[in-house]
Formats: sequence, C-alpha cells, structure tokens
Amino acid sequence: MSTSLALHNSRKRKNGVMMTLCVIAAGIGLAWLALILGALLYKGLSGLSLSVFTQMTPPPGDAGGLLNAIYGSIVMTIIGIVVGTPIGVLAGTYMAEYGRFSKLTTVVRFINDILLSAPSIIIGLFVYELLVRPMGHFSAIAGAVALSILVIPVVVRTTEDMLNLVPNALREAGAAIGAPRWVVIRSVAYRAALSGIVTGILLAIARISGETAPLLFTALNNQFWSSNLNAPMASLPVTIFQFALSPYEEWQQLAWTGALIITMTVLGLSVIARSLTGRREDR
Amino acid sequence: MSAVSEAVTSSAMRSREATVRRFALTDTIFRTATRLSAILVLVILGGVAISLFAGSWEALSKFGFSFLTTESWNPVTENFGALAPIYGTVVTSAIAIIIAVPIGIGIAIFLTELCPRPLRRPIGIAVELLAGIPSIIYGIWGLFVFAPFLQTTIQPFVIWLFKGIPGLNNLFAGPPYGIGLLTSSLILAIMVLPFITSITKDVFDTVPAVLKESAYGIGCTTWEVTRRVTIPYTRIGIMGGVMLGLGRALGETMAVTFVIGNAHRISASLFAPGTTISATIANEFTEADGDLYTSSLVSLGLILFIITFIILAIARYMLMRIDARTGA
Repeated sequence: MSTSLALHNSRKRKNGVMMTLCVIAAGIGLAWLALILGALLYKGLSGLSLSVFTQMTPPPGDAGGLLNAIYGSIVMTIIGIVVGTPIGVLAGTYMAEYGRFSKLTTVVRFINDILLSAPSIIIGLFVYELLVRPMGHFSAIAGAVALSILVIPVVVRTTEDMLNLVPNALREAGAAIGAPRWVVIRSVAYRAALSGIVTGILLAIARISGETAPLLFTALNNQFWSSNLNAPMASLPVTIFQFALSPYEEWQQLAWTGALIITMTVLGLSVIARSLTGRREDR
Repeated sequence: MSAVSEAVTSSAMRSREATVRRFALTDTIFRTATRLSAILVLVILGGVAISLFAGSWEALSKFGFSFLTTESWNPVTENFGALAPIYGTVVTSAIAIIIAVPIGIGIAIFLTELCPRPLRRPIGIAVELLAGIPSIIYGIWGLFVFAPFLQTTIQPFVIWLFKGIPGLNNLFAGPPYGIGLLTSSLILAIMVLPFITSITKDVFDTVPAVLKESAYGIGCTTWEVTRRVTIPYTRIGIMGGVMLGLGRALGETMAVTFVIGNAHRISASLFAPGTTISATIANEFTEADGDLYTSSLVSLGLILFIITFIILAIARYMLMRIDARTGA
C-alpha cells in the first residue's frame, strides 16, 4: 500500500514538474514578444515625429526622415501584390476547382509549400540573375518582381484552402441552373471564399512589407527621392539595415523608428487578417 | 405557319448554340489561365534552380569539390571556400533547434492541455505574432538590446563558470563580444519557436479525444497522457514541424547578419564571431567586384538552396503523412 502511494506521489510530482515547465515555456514565449515590442516602442517612439514622414533620408550626421524609403516600400509592395495576387489566385483556383484530383495539383502543392518557406535571399539571387544582370543595373522593377514571387505561394496556399472549404452543394446548385463552370467559380466559389482569399492577400502584404533580403541586390537602395521604376529605389527595410549598422546616432534613431513603423504595419495587417478568418469560424 | 415557327425555333437554337459556344470558349480560356498559373509555380522553382546553377558555374568549375572543404575566403587573391559559412549555418541552426524544440512543444502542451479556454486564443495569436515580426526587427533588437545584454552579463559569467572545465572552456572561450555564433543561435531560436509551436499545436489537436479520454480514464496524469498518447500519436507531425523550423533557421538572413559578426573563420568558441551562408551573401553581394567573387557568392546560394530544399521536402512529406491519416 505504501509503495503504491509512493508511486502515486512520484507520478503526481512528475506531472507537476512537467506542467510547470510547460507554463514556464509559454511564459518565455510571451516574454520575448513583450521584450521585443517594448524595446521597439521605447526606442522607436522617441524618434517618431511628423518629419519622419515628410523628409528624405539624411546624409550621415544630419536629421531627416524616411519619406523616400516609405514611398519606395509602398510602391514595390503594391506592384508585388498586383503582379503576384492574380497568378496566385488563379493557380489556387486550378488546384481547388479544375484539377482538384489531378497529379499536377499534388506536385504544385508540394512545390508551392517549399517555395512558401524557401529562404527569401535565394529569391533575391534568382531575380538578380533573371533581371538585374541582363538589364545591367539595379531597379525597383526587379525588387517588385522579387516581392511578387514571395506573394504567389502565400496566396496560392490560402486560395486553395479556402476554395476547398466551399461546400460542393453550392457549386452543384450553380451548375444545375446551367451556369458554365467558370461562372460558378466566379459568382459562387469566389464569393463564398472571399474573406479567406482577402486574408491570404493581407498576410502576403504583411510578409513582403518587412522583407529585406530579396531587395538588397534587386532594388538596392537610394539616398534620394526617386519614382523611376527603372532605377534603384529606397525601401524601409533596406534603409533600416543600412542605418542600423552605421555608426551615426541620427541614422540609428531613424532605423529604430522605421522598425517601429514596419512592425506596427505588419502586426496590424496580421490582426486584421486574423479577425477576418475568426469571424468566418464563428459563423 | 409551320415555316414561321420553324424559323423561330431554328434561330433560337442558333442563338442558344452560339451562347453555349461562347460559354465553352470563355470556360476554356479561364481554365487554361488557371492551369498556366499553377504551372508557373513549378516554373519559378525550376527557374530558381537553373539560374543558381548557371550563376555558380564559373566558381564551381574553377574550385570544384574543394569549394566545399576550403575555409579560406579571400577576395584579394580570389580564393574562395564555403566551409566557414556552411559551418556557421549548420551550428547556429542546430543550436537554435535544440533550444526551440522543447520550448515549442512545452507551449503547445500548455495551449492544448493547461490553458484556460478564454486565454487559449489570445496566447495562440500572441505566439503567432512572433512569427509575423519581420526578421530585420529581430536583427536590430538583437544588435542593440540583446547582444549588449549578453556581453555584459551572461557571457562573462559563463566564461568564468567553465574556465576550469576541459572541453567546455574552449566552447565558451572569451572575449565576450556580445555578437557571435551563440547570439545568432538564440535569436534564431526565438524566430523558429512560433513555427514549431503552431505546427505542434495543430498536430496535437488531431489526436482523437477518445484516445486521450481512455488514458485519463485509467488514471493517467496529464503528463503521462501527453508523453504516452499525444506525442507518440503525433510524432511524424512534430518531426515535420521541427524540420520546417530547421528550414527557416538555415535560410534566415537579416537577423543573423546583424549579430553574427561576419568573420570568415571557424572557431571552437561559440562566443566568437562567425558567418553563415545567407549572412555572407547579404553582406558581400553588392560589394563583390569581379565575376569569380559574385559567382562564388551565388554558389553559396546554390548550396543553401539545395540544403533547404531537401530539409523542407522532408518536412512537407512528414506533414502530408499526418494529413493523410486524419483525412484532412
């Protein structure tokens, strides 16, 4: 009796120890998030002012803003999304609608999942070989193409998943009144999966707006205002990279402020994206 | 009379046929467009492979296999070897995984077994937000906040602690720079933690409630249910998640570039600066003059591509097996 009680106690103790460790693990995870966000707010907020959004990136040792970098980031992100989204949505449509059981779909899904987590610097090298080397110079177009390649797998994945969730009865109802397949897809399946597809696009924006590595040797950087898509263009992440590693205090401060802007944008987009799908689950 | 009605019917038939043909045509166009887009995904990956091979040809044909085994990286004499970056990549990723896996699994257990229901979703979201933070943020935080903290507190203590112990005193040898291999590993661990956590949590959720309840029913503790039922049932999925995290860690660029120190040498000490494949490319690519230099950097990219492709393929294969079992 006493041995079984001892066993019981030791099992309970072990359980207590392991469960405490799990709580600690969760605490560690949350603490990192708090530490990083805290440091960002602390260092970034002090440099946040209107001039950040109205002035150009300064030469070393001067005060200035991040206007051209913010502009470049927005322009390249928009082009990347505009190019990548249709391709991603169409590919996802093929996988979920026309070729749901075809071999091509299985292969594309596998390759797409690999592209989804492939190192983004590899994509940068690819676009360098594809566009920058033949053109002979860095350009905003090359940067935007690199970003669009990062957009495609995210959008493909969410589009396919969301279309797969649409009940087949809806499609059959469309087909029964004589609508051709593409009309069924457009007016029934897309409409039913809309919030999910939009979530995918938002997540893609969140992903590429913080990407640095693929821009380093495609769009490069630019100290000055430039709206020429065929020339190097500044972007927020690359500017942060350059400024943070510099010895100048003003530059480092701007890097922190830029980091705060990017993080808030990205986190805001993820929260909006999540609330869209969250509503979906509740329905 | 009948002629008129016949004419009306045949014209209706014709217009109906025309409509059907038009529908068929647009459907074919749309179908082809979706199919081509799907094929484009394959073309992109093929293009990446081909362009990396083409770009690295010059360096690989000059150095051959010794590119993989040479430590020297000298742009002046144009003698390049990938050993130091490969070493840095493997060591930092391995340490990151060793740290992140137990913590990630711990958080997943916490979320599925212990966490009060109202807190489950917010904490899950918070951990996933960690995954959404761009890597450059981890880099700037690591360089300005984390590295100085390690330099002034943890590292001197650890060096003092292991000073007299053979083996460990080489692994943790000074001076404490703050930046270096171990700092990069820690940052990487934080970065892959959310991936491992969210996948582990997802596969934990696939365990049938009946299995767990029957274990609880014979009097198992929560830990015993986790250890004997949940983890064995989801082993392949967890491995898939770990491999996915490893793939991320291997290819992670910006965060590592900030804190690794960019030194092309292999040191026994984890506190010494080093370099990784991606950090080398990010740091040197735009400054590389000479085709051989550029080509050597692209060769590094090719090596990274091959390693991550294999790791990610294994990861996806494992996760597919879990999906197939649950019928999802």
